[in-house]
Amino acid sequence: MNWQFFLEVLVGGLLAGVMYSLVALGFVLIYKASGVFNFAQGAMVFFAALTFVSLVERGFGFWVAFLITFGAMVVFGVATERVVLRPLVNQPPITLFMATIGLTFVLEGLSQLLWGSQPHGLELGIEDMPLEWLSQNAGINVSQFDLFAALVAGILVSGLALFFQKTRIGRALRAVADDHQAALAVGIPLQQIWAIVWTVAGFVALVSGLLWGARNGVQFSLTFTALKALPVLILGGFESVAGAIVGGLIIGASEKLAEIYIPEFLNAPLTEAMGVSVNLAGLEIWFPYALALAFLLIRPEGLFGEKHIDRV
Amino acid sequence: MLYRDAGQFKDTYAADQQIFPIRQDRIGITLVLLFAFLVVPVIGNQYWLSAILIPFLISALAALGLNILTGYAGQLSLGTAAFMAVGAFAAYNFVLRVPGMPILVSFVLAGIMAALVGIVFGLPSLRIKGFYLAVATLAAQFFVVWALTKFGWFSNFSSSGVISAQTVVILGYPFDTPVRKYLMVLTIVVLMALAAKNMVRSSIGRAWMAVRDMDVAAGVIGIRLMHTKLLAFAVSSFYCGVAGALYAYGYIGTVEPEAFNLDLSFRVLFMIIIGGVGSILGSFFGAAFITFLPILLNTYAEPFAQAIGLQLPAGMVSNLELIIFGALIIFFLIVEPLGLARMWQIAKEKMRLWPFPH
Repeated sequence: MNWQFFLEVLVGGLLAGVMYSLVALGFVLIYKASGVFNFAQGAMVFFAALTFVSLVERGFGFWVAFLITFGAMVVFGVATERVVLRPLVNQPPITLFMATIGLTFVLEGLSQLLWGSQPHGLELGIEDMPLEWLSQNAGINVSQFDLFAALVAGILVSGLALFFQKTRIGRALRAVADDHQAALAVGIPLQQIWAIVWTVAGFVALVSGLLWGARNGVQFSLTFTALKALPVLILGGFESVAGAIVGGLIIGASEKLAEIYIPEFLNAPLTEAMGVSVNLAGLEIWFPYALALAFLLIRPEGLFGEKHIDRV
Repeated sequence: MLYRDAGQFKDTYAADQQIFPIRQDRIGITLVLLFAFLVVPVIGNQYWLSAILIPFLISALAALGLNILTGYAGQLSLGTAAFMAVGAFAAYNFVLRVPGMPILVSFVLAGIMAALVGIVFGLPSLRIKGFYLAVATLAAQFFVVWALTKFGWFSNFSSSGVISAQTVVILGYPFDTPVRKYLMVLTIVVLMALAAKNMVRSSIGRAWMAVRDMDVAAGVIGIRLMHTKLLAFAVSSFYCGVAGALYAYGYIGTVEPEAFNLDLSFRVLFMIIIGGVGSILGSFFGAAFITFLPILLNTYAEPFAQAIGLQLPAGMVSNLELIIFGALIIFFLIVEPLGLARMWQIAKEKMRLWPFPH
């Protein structure tokens, strides 16, 4: 086995995992504050990236486009709270979940209606090239872009952590996350908090949309990033920001390793054992889910999720 | 006035326990069935039968399956299409590989195969709940489609992975025209719907509902959780599997694994949300709604836009369809979280008094 190659795959996987964490982070924020499993997060990523790239193509500068897109996400967040969440207060979680699936459809249709459905390229000024210093000294190819994405994710997470810990709004958010009714009782405006949390999630979606878009191009398949983030989410636990990060790293690394090494080592013995040619390639579609599932059987609430005690 | 049940006395246990206790319901359901079996095959043209009614019935069957699992037993599943895929490919392989296999038996075996797969993917439900479980069922969705694509044996090594369903012959009588296929699908769906209706009002159904409402409490009063949950997965997957087999044999004819993708799972989920979670009739309402809405939008969006002087560019209709679809789902959840079935029930309550106020 080639250890340098192994390391390269591992690091590449870890960095890809950071990208998954970014999307998962959006889920966690909303779940923590409102108990809503927001399936529309992937569509939000798509909407933000598409709006941004369309604005840039129409001649806006980077920061202007960024601000306008952020404005659009704020409007979307507030509108969602007003139109979808407020009438559904006190409904069971499954109802809210299904409402966000409806929201996904609206957002997907809306973004393509506004900006068309052709794919766009997105340049952030960072090339997807191996870092020269590392490849010369250690012989490992690590993409510059992936490192940049990891850095951005790191800044975002620390920023959010500070926001949650140190600001007044952050404290209110944590209170709402703990107990809706108690938070209401001490005078925290629930609806305002929800609007804020959806806005923050919109911001996270914008950042992850830019990074994913620069990586894979801005196209409809961006909505599937949500599906990539789900195993991360159940592995890390729905309620934990730290879980989203650690889960993302685990899923990213194991997915890339499995993609390379499982077919390499298992194809031949399985072919021999079963008498027909077996090719396990492409298993990265379901592997993260299976991994997360196996993990859940041992810890049903995920790595950092809150343990729920059922009372009759 | 017409829908009064005053004066209908139940004086035997049998009368008290019949499926449709109200006489008007019995008359209504008989009329609907007579219409579906006798009138529709005569007046329905090929387009209506094979492009609208057959897919409607098959979707209704799949929705029924999901409704048993999600609506009655409370286990949210996003893997419906995977179980349909298992059914379709299992039926194909049974007919292909077992000489002289009667087609109806292969449908049943396909359902049983799907049920076994369902039990395997239902095992995590004993440990994990809620959204964690929903995400776990996605594993089934991706794994099954991947396996069917990857292993050529399932599609008899066809190079494109597409299977072509064999002609359906039951007792020497070929079911090859749209009318005959429609009758076959209708018969199977009606029988299975009746079975489901009976199942959910038996002790099994009550156990499912107890688990749905609170599984710890259900366990405390002596309901075997493992048995009940896995049974729900098995029965639900059986229904989905038969729906999948019918999808291949009664509707499309040639299917590829990719036809059973996540989108289909979501469509079936929407059917039960819009139709009514935890209602047999609701599955049919929901299936009708989801089947007819895109057709209506496709047919009427263009003329409507032209009438008000708008020129719709290509591709806009499908996006508008997405938006309307999503908005309707949200609208339904807000207005009536229990779906069309609940609206129907409210309408019936009103009808009992109408036209008098008391």
